[in-house]
Amino acid sequence: MWERIGAMIFKEVRQMARDPSTIAMMFFFPIIQLVIFGYAINNDPRHLPMVVEANDNSAFSRSIVSALRTTGYFDITEVAGSYGEADRLIAEGKAQFALTIPTDFARRLVRGERPQLLLTADATDPASTGPAVAAVNEAVAQALARDLVGPLAGRQQGPPPIDLVLHRSYNPEGITSHNTVPGLLAIILSMTMVALTAMSVTRETEQGTMENLLATPLRPVEVMVGKIVPYFLLGFVQVCVVLGFAIVVFQVPFVGSLGLLLAVTLLFTLVSLALGFTISTLVESQVQSMMASMLYLMPSILLSGFAFPYRGMPVWAQWLAELLPPTHYIRLVRGIMLKGWEWPLVLPESGKLIVMLLVLGTIAVRRYRDTVA
Amino acid sequence: MSESPAIAVRGLTKRFGPRTVVDHVDLTVMPGRICGFLGPNGSGKTTTLRMICGLLIPDAGEGEVLGLDLSTKRRAIKHQIGYMTQKFGLFSDLSIAENLEFIARVYRLDRRRERVAETLEKLGLTSRADQLAGKLSGGWKQRLALAAAVMHEPKILLLDEPTAGVDPQARREFWDQIHALAAEGMTVLVSTHYMDEAERCHEIAYIAYGVMLARGTIGEVIAASGLSALQGEGPGADRLAAVIEQQPGVAMAAPFGTSLHVCGLDPAALRAAVQPWADRIRFTPAEPSLEDVFIHLMRGATDNSVEAR
Repeated sequence: MWERIGAMIFKEVRQMARDPSTIAMMFFFPIIQLVIFGYAINNDPRHLPMVVEANDNSAFSRSIVSALRTTGYFDITEVAGSYGEADRLIAEGKAQFALTIPTDFARRLVRGERPQLLLTADATDPASTGPAVAAVNEAVAQALARDLVGPLAGRQQGPPPIDLVLHRSYNPEGITSHNTVPGLLAIILSMTMVALTAMSVTRETEQGTMENLLATPLRPVEVMVGKIVPYFLLGFVQVCVVLGFAIVVFQVPFVGSLGLLLAVTLLFTLVSLALGFTISTLVESQVQSMMASMLYLMPSILLSGFAFPYRGMPVWAQWLAELLPPTHYIRLVRGIMLKGWEWPLVLPESGKLIVMLLVLGTIAVRRYRDTVA
Repeated sequence: MSESPAIAVRGLTKRFGPRTVVDHVDLTVMPGRICGFLGPNGSGKTTTLRMICGLLIPDAGEGEVLGLDLSTKRRAIKHQIGYMTQKFGLFSDLSIAENLEFIARVYRLDRRRERVAETLEKLGLTSRADQLAGKLSGGWKQRLALAAAVMHEPKILLLDEPTAGVDPQARREFWDQIHALAAEGMTVLVSTHYMDEAERCHEIAYIAYGVMLARGTIGEVIAASGLSALQGEGPGADRLAAVIEQQPGVAMAAPFGTSLHVCGLDPAALRAAVQPWADRIRFTPAEPSLEDVFIHLMRGATDNSVEAR
């Protein structure tokens, strides 16, 4: 019996050694996961972009800003002068926090009036804002502890000298599902559109039906479009299911335009289909196309901002994420659903998706031939 | 008769990396003829067929299919050619009728419903029309593949080892179909290993290691080989093959049942070679078979391809 089992093992090992996907399994998957989880993912993101709207140019304001800088949680990118500038930067996603210091802040503080500081946070991703908000409280308290000296030292006892008002934009209750459910749209579409297209094309090659198709008058582009359209419809049904669940079951707010969301979804679906088709022209078997799809899906889930905050990642990982279509689509979905992005605001991310579509489409059409071998 | 050939290719060459799989092959087939395309495994038959139907682009050579230039009119050629692949190439998760319907749509045939029904009827597939193609046995799969290849009424039919793994009765029926189609004017180029199938063809072309070695009718090919043969009958005749083959003047010797088949290029030398056994085995002149000719030709050719295909 053992010899027969041995024969099986020997044969299996030989076949594994001959299959490139074994190498992928052995090295790439663990290495990619280790690198992503070990280096790229950080649940305590630092260097978050913050705008400070300092309407009061006092020593207190300056000391609070510098204390915020030293926490390491914030990169104070802009000091907004005009009213509404901060809100705009948050809406566009260029800043995650805005600290508004009112005009008479110093005067009221000195008078002992307990002035307000307004911290606006983009709470579309509550996980990434939480630790930073705590750091703001700390930093403000420390700054004031240093500054409230002399006649003001007495203010250090009793209730906190200032009132830090936290405004969680777009997701006031900080509900995680409001962030993850729209992101799921990207992940689910990627899984089905990329993997299914890649496999359905390689299946034709593997089963020998491609040779037959190519011997008929069917043009490559006709085969491609014919293959893509059904999956496209399948993707549309998926979108409806996810959106329906998001709104009815998870009660995710939908403040933007449905038409715009469907438009960018259409774009993203096309990008995913083109990617799936490109994969199918590069691999030889269904197993390999599965592996290639997984190799794409894993970083898509981990780096796109779906599962972990994008801003928590090191720069190289952010660059990698920029190359992944879901990163841009997730921003678009969150922007439209939660922030109510309108036409011009969706342009930058949509533009990147259009470039990806053109590049992938060109590769797919070029690689796909109407001859065998 | 100044009829122009259905297939006329000259110097067709295909290389895969360093290997020349098809080396300057010339082939002419007149309309309505059945041409058997023979050769050992990996001799370049499939590659040649694929070049003729536009699935591969030749590295060198030229030709016309139905008067259409092979290098510039690939698409137009595809419309008028039916190609039956070596491996079953239809969709196993569609039924017979659904597969044919798909092919009918691809060729944009008019009267689709009627055409599918006619084709099913013609090839005796009507009773199984709703069966999934993947569940069919070899013979039925082959019928379906033929049906799919001829439904659009092509002028040329290319068959790549169509009867591999099919039982004798199905093979017989298949060849009857082929002859019926040729009688209607279809030109057929069929690759095969089977000698009995070669004998059913109007003419044959023999290719080995990418080189065309013989062409013509069976009689012509046999005559051109210059072989003559002897049939040996007697006790233990069939066991002498190995010994006799070593004799000078003997090209090959092979047992056939209890008798021995010997052939060589020079009739006198052949006689002399078998003389030592003439006392117990009676040698009579015989007709060299097609198989003799092919094995003889193949031994003379050099193998420039490392492995099959």
